[in-house]
Parts: sequence; C-alpha cells; structure tokens
Amino acid sequence: MDDIVTVSGLGKRFASGFTALRSVDLSIRRGEILALLGPNGAGKTTLISSICGLTTPTSGEIRVGGHDVVHDYRKARALVGLVPQEINLEPFEKVINTVRFSRGLFGKPRNDAYIDEVLRKLSLSDKRESKVIELSGGMKRRVLIAKALSHEPRVLFLDEPTAGVDVELRKDMWRVVRALKDDGVTVILTTHYIEEAEEMADRIAVINDGEILLVEEKAALMRRMGQKQMIIELQEDVTEVPPALAGYDLHRNDDGDLVYTYDAKADRTGITRLLSDVAAAGLTLRDLQTRQSSLEDIFVGLVGKDPA
Amino acid sequence: MNLEAVRAIYRFEMARTFRTLLQSIVSPVISTALYFVVFGAAIGSRIEQVEGVSYGAFIVPGLIMLSVIVQSVNNASFGIYFPKFIGTIYELLSAPASFLEITAGYVLAAATKSLAIGLIILATSFLFVDVTIAHPFAMIAFLVLTCLSFSLFGFIIGIWAQNFEQLQLVPLLVITPLIFLGGSFYSISMLPEIWQTITLFNPVVYLVSGFRWAFFGMADVSIGLSLLAILGFTALCLVTIWWIFRTGWRIRS
Repeated sequence: MDDIVTVSGLGKRFASGFTALRSVDLSIRRGEILALLGPNGAGKTTLISSICGLTTPTSGEIRVGGHDVVHDYRKARALVGLVPQEINLEPFEKVINTVRFSRGLFGKPRNDAYIDEVLRKLSLSDKRESKVIELSGGMKRRVLIAKALSHEPRVLFLDEPTAGVDVELRKDMWRVVRALKDDGVTVILTTHYIEEAEEMADRIAVINDGEILLVEEKAALMRRMGQKQMIIELQEDVTEVPPALAGYDLHRNDDGDLVYTYDAKADRTGITRLLSDVAAAGLTLRDLQTRQSSLEDIFVGLVGKDPA
Repeated sequence: MNLEAVRAIYRFEMARTFRTLLQSIVSPVISTALYFVVFGAAIGSRIEQVEGVSYGAFIVPGLIMLSVIVQSVNNASFGIYFPKFIGTIYELLSAPASFLEITAGYVLAAATKSLAIGLIILATSFLFVDVTIAHPFAMIAFLVLTCLSFSLFGFIIGIWAQNFEQLQLVPLLVITPLIFLGGSFYSISMLPEIWQTITLFNPVVYLVSGFRWAFFGMADVSIGLSLLAILGFTALCLVTIWWIFRTGWRIRS
C-alpha cells in the first residue's frame, strides 16, 4: 500500500539536553486512521510537531507525499493540516475570518463555498459570524479543525483531540474523524486513551520514551489487549499446575497462585468449568481476582519495564 | 512565492487595527495635538524662528517621526508577539510560507498603520501651524522607509520578547530616548559642540534630519547620509530576521 508520510531515523534532542525522540521510523498509509498511542511525555507531540514543521529535528528524514519536509517544505506542508492540543485561537476574531485566514496562509485562493462546506460538516454554520471568544470549548475545538481543513489537506494531524473533552463531544469528534476518512483524508491522532484508539483507528502505533514500540493493525492488537487474566489464590500450596487442570491455559506465578489467561471477548471463557474442576481436584479457593491486560501490560511486554 | 499568505496575514492584521480603531488611530492623533498645544503654541510662542522656520512648523517633521517610529515598533512587535503569546504561532510555523512572506505580511500591515497615523498627524498639523513641504515625494519616501524599517525592527523585538514587560522595554528605554535626543524638537546646531558630535551616533538624527529636509530644504546632516542611514538600518533588520527564521531562534524549538 502506498505511504503518504514516511519518517526515517527521526531524532530530536532539545537544547535543554532532553531527548524526545530516538531514531523513529514510521510509515503512514494513504487514507488510514493511525492512532499514535503513548503515555504523557512519550514523544507524541514532538513527533507530529516535527512532521508539521514546528520542531526542527536533530536527525533523520521526513517525507510527506514524497516531499522532504525541510528542503521541499512548501509542497510538503501544503498537504498537511494540524489541529493542536491546546486551543490556540485569536479570541477576538470571527470564526469565518480566522478560517479564511488559515486558507490564505496555506497559499490557497479564497473559496467561500468550500469554507462553508467545512463549517457545515463541523456544525459551525450558525457560528460563522460569532467571535471565537463567545464559543464553548467544544466549538473552539471544531474551529481548530475547520482551520486545519481550510486548505484542503490530504493528511490531518489531531493532537489529543479529545483530551479534557466530555463524552458527548468525544463521540462527536469521532464522527467528524470518520467523515474525514470517508473523504479520503489520512488522519493521525495522538491519544493516551486506549478506548479512543480502539474506537477510531485502522492501525495503532505505540510510542514510549521517544521510540515507536510497535505499529500494528488494530484488530491484531486488540486481540492481545482483549486478553484477561484470572488469578486463583488457593488455600493449599501448589508447586506446579495440578495434573487435573492440565487442559487449561494455566501457569503458576511467583506467589504460588494459579494464573488463568483467557479471551474476555470469547463466547465461552471457560471460567465456570475451570472453577468446578479446581473444586473437583480437591483444592480450596482463598481468593479470586481478574485483570484486563492493558496498555501498560503491553509496554511491560515490549520493553520489560513499566512506563513511568 | 506564497503571496496568498502575505495577503492573509496583512488582512488579518489590518482587521485587528480596525477592531481597535480608537486605540490605533485616535490616541496618537490626540497626543500629537497635545504636543502642538504645549510645544507649538505655549512654549513655541516664546522661541524665535529656527533657521528661518517658525518653531511650531519646525517641530512638525520631528513629531511625525516620533509617532511613526513608536507606532511602527509597537504595531509590529505586538503583531508577532500576540500569536506567540496565545499560541496561534503554530499555524505560521506549519504553513508553506517562507520567512520573507510571513515578515512581509506583518511588517506591511504595521507599516501601513503607522503610515496612516503619520499622514493623519500631518493633516492635523495643518490645523495648528503653517507648514510647507518643499520636496513632497522625498517626504513620502522618507516616511514610508521609516515606517518599514522600524516595523522590521519592531518585528524583531516581538520575536525576542518573552513577556509583555520585555515587549515594552525596548520602545521605552531605547526608542523613546533616541527620538527625543535625536533632534525632533530642536536643531542639533543648537547644542554645544561636544553634544553635536555625540548626537551623530544616534541613528534617529539622520531620519529626522532627512525628513526635515524634505519639508524645509534644510538639514543637520547631508541628505545622502540620511538615506544611507535608513537603508543601512533596514538592511540590518532584514539580515537579523533572516537569521531568526533560519535558526528558529525563540520561535521554533
């Protein structure tokens, strides 16, 4: 499949000495929704800032639509729209003027029909003559998206589009992103909410400590994420998994408990049968707990340490 | 060349001017009128003519320069500082626009505004004193060049400033003293000889002198030197801005 954004060997070390990115390689496919997932401070914003021209990389190369973002920045940037994390808007300007401004800034001649269409899709039509300062937080976020879309970009970066946003608005935002994808726009969104990535993305890239840990189809990743573990604490000390329970995906952990791994989304989890077999084997339950394998678990699995 | 970007920035900045019309245009006019009343009418009536020109008329070029220089620096520095302050600078940095285009948009808008103020003050001065303009084209050229060069300078201040205090610091501590000591209200020939020499290190002297020549045909320093000074200052500002954008100093991390 052809890639619209390719990042190779990208590194960024700030003047303060802080290394935000270490040799990042990432290919973003044309037309996909890619979720860039990672904890705070992982390097998500630095990565998209580098692609969009806000940050000067220390090393590596970035191409958008085949154009180098440094040497051929005009062509590269013309393809890119950026919705920043913070609500950065000129407060006293009218919505329509601030959106028109963005279009002009990106070198496109005025096109009111197109701008009106963008505002309509974002449910901003009746706010077009309002001053930005008069809008609610959610509406301001929409204005940011309208600005980013004003010059008809082929790639849209959404930096934490739903951070601090209520549930309704979040769902609204998701609808908007899906509609963009339907229009053929490639969308990259950064988030630290696993549900958001699950809801929206075609592929998920996990970033931590300035490194891309994995890039995977959502479906495959979710299968891993969907696994749950049940920890069975027994009255008796067992040194190994009892032979009577050998048919289950069981192992013994360091505390001497039995750990059962199962797919929480499967029709049958096998829990009932396992517990009756535990009783039938003459074992007594002291306690039971289950836990969802989470993003953190994936981190632990990938890097062998907790994401801090 | 992304001319649409220049136009977009210019329009956006001019819209700000029109939103704050009272503060932008009316206040400098009122303060200038006060100068005319105080220096021209009250004090000026006790001062003999300066090199054949009545004192009231003599201070007109200096007054215009005073307002135009202060306004150019303030407009342009605020123009680029405000996006930095509210965070909208991300858009400028991610746009397919070169440093020349972004600077042109902000500086042309700031210069337009201060040029308008300069012309309004000139028109106002006709109400108070009898002014003749010996070289109208040279006068306009000097005015435009001053607006442009000090808007460029203000643009640099706006990028340099990291808070509102710093934004005010240079106009207050550097620009205003240079203007007042630059012969706006007197001919430097009126100073003791040692001060005449020291004054020649003040770049504003060359501007005011050249501008005054355009009005009355007389100057403290030669007109060629005045022109050279203002062109040199413009070039210095342009090189500084080019360096700022090349290195991303204080705007790009």
